[in-house]
Amino acid sequence: MLHKFEFDGIKIVLDVNSGSVHIVDQLVWDLLEDCRQTPEDIIVRKYSQKYNPDDVLGALAEIKQLEQKGLLFSADPCQGAYNPPARLEVKSLCLHLAHDCNMRCRYCFAGQGRFGGSDDLMPADTGRRALDFLITRSGRRKHLEVDFFGGEPLMNFTVLQDLVAYGRERGCETGKEFKFTLTTNALLLDEKVAKYLNDQNISVVLSLDGRREVHDAMRPKPGGAGSYDAVLARIKHFVDSRDGANYIIRGTYTRHNRDFCADVLHLADMGFKNLSIEPVVAPADAGYSLRAEDLSQLSSQYELLTRELLRRRRAGSPFSFFHFNIDLDGGPCLPKRLTGCGAGYEYMAVAPNGDIYPCHQFVGREEYLVGNVSEENLNDRVISLFRTAHMYNKKTCTGCWARFFCSGGCHANAEMSNGTILEPYSLGCDLARKRLECALYLKAAESGVQQKKT
Amino acid sequence: MGKHIKTISAVTLPSTIKDRGCGECQASCQSACKTSCTVGNQVCVKDNK
Repeated sequence: MLHKFEFDGIKIVLDVNSGSVHIVDQLVWDLLEDCRQTPEDIIVRKYSQKYNPDDVLGALAEIKQLEQKGLLFSADPCQGAYNPPARLEVKSLCLHLAHDCNMRCRYCFAGQGRFGGSDDLMPADTGRRALDFLITRSGRRKHLEVDFFGGEPLMNFTVLQDLVAYGRERGCETGKEFKFTLTTNALLLDEKVAKYLNDQNISVVLSLDGRREVHDAMRPKPGGAGSYDAVLARIKHFVDSRDGANYIIRGTYTRHNRDFCADVLHLADMGFKNLSIEPVVAPADAGYSLRAEDLSQLSSQYELLTRELLRRRRAGSPFSFFHFNIDLDGGPCLPKRLTGCGAGYEYMAVAPNGDIYPCHQFVGREEYLVGNVSEENLNDRVISLFRTAHMYNKKTCTGCWARFFCSGGCHANAEMSNGTILEPYSLGCDLARKRLECALYLKAAESGVQQKKT
Repeated sequence: MGKHIKTISAVTLPSTIKDRGCGECQASCQSACKTSCTVGNQVCVKDNK
């Protein structure tokens, strides 16, 4: 299976099953359509009006050579099926330190941080049990990840500090290495907190949506006032305090700012280098939710962003847009591409009361309850459901050229839009494919390789 | 590099099976409320060492 696309005059071919990427000229672009099922002499005759026969034969020879190397028309590396390992090895936990929030974001999937429940804070002993659960259930894995999440996790900063210390201590005892990440709206990110996060080398994801009017429209404080000024001041100070390292600014775009490229550039213009602006996922009846008819405009925005990113890189003022980051040579191995996000068996979320869910988006959903950090038994039905929800078991993925890059997409998005984790969120797929094309184009454009016209 | 085809990545997925699948890489949440990443965004921990 091949995916051919053209971006600003560069013709790019992705060999889906091998993952290899090629820049081709117009001749090969044409030949790839029928070179496998048509005899050479007929192909030469077919294109004789357009191309020199020697060129056609030369191009066919190149195609054949790459095919023999497994770089074109390669076979599915798993022959269309995959059996995930039966063992449970959890390597990553999302700890909901607070089911409470000091903001009232209009698109919040967590219902102002409460996930349909009460505004609880996670007690330290529950958090410690969660870390013990992770250590116990991680099997052979050495690197363990913990993301402090909410609500707003800094509303429970004392427990956060306790858990970092506890995790480090238990990590030394058990030969595990904890990596901690904090996802915060930055309102409580004062100097004391900043110093602590820097001293402890904690990665931080900072929420900021872009332009003031865009951010304030969706991310007000409880009284309704915008949070942009307060948040921006905190974030600037914090990013400076860690010399611009180990952070990412993430925002959300909605139907209200379909021109989101301007928001990314707004953040870049302020000097932030690590950026991610994500499409909102919301119920279809929400006024701010993205719709199928928005796809063309959203795709154009990604293209605009791609060109501007390339221009700035070439001008010596680069920034990083998370969704365009792709490492073609050192990227993830095939087993990783098959397991995807690992929700429900490699990655789990823990609510303030210790209840365990497949991921943060399923917290509070009784039918997806995996267990509790205080109990030994886990719900095998839920674990098995997620473990087997890989791309080979998703019908729409089997025909998709991007399947080895997205690995079937987000289960929660699928469930929200289609009522099952086995049917991906179609607009999300469209956007993911567009972003991948942009990312592949950037690689091609920066490869220094140019194709002459045939 | 051929005259008509310039390969910019020749790593094949089947070749990444050997000595891989250790699971030590970062989890790759793809939801919009976190920094979603397609799995392809990731870098292999082994290659990074």
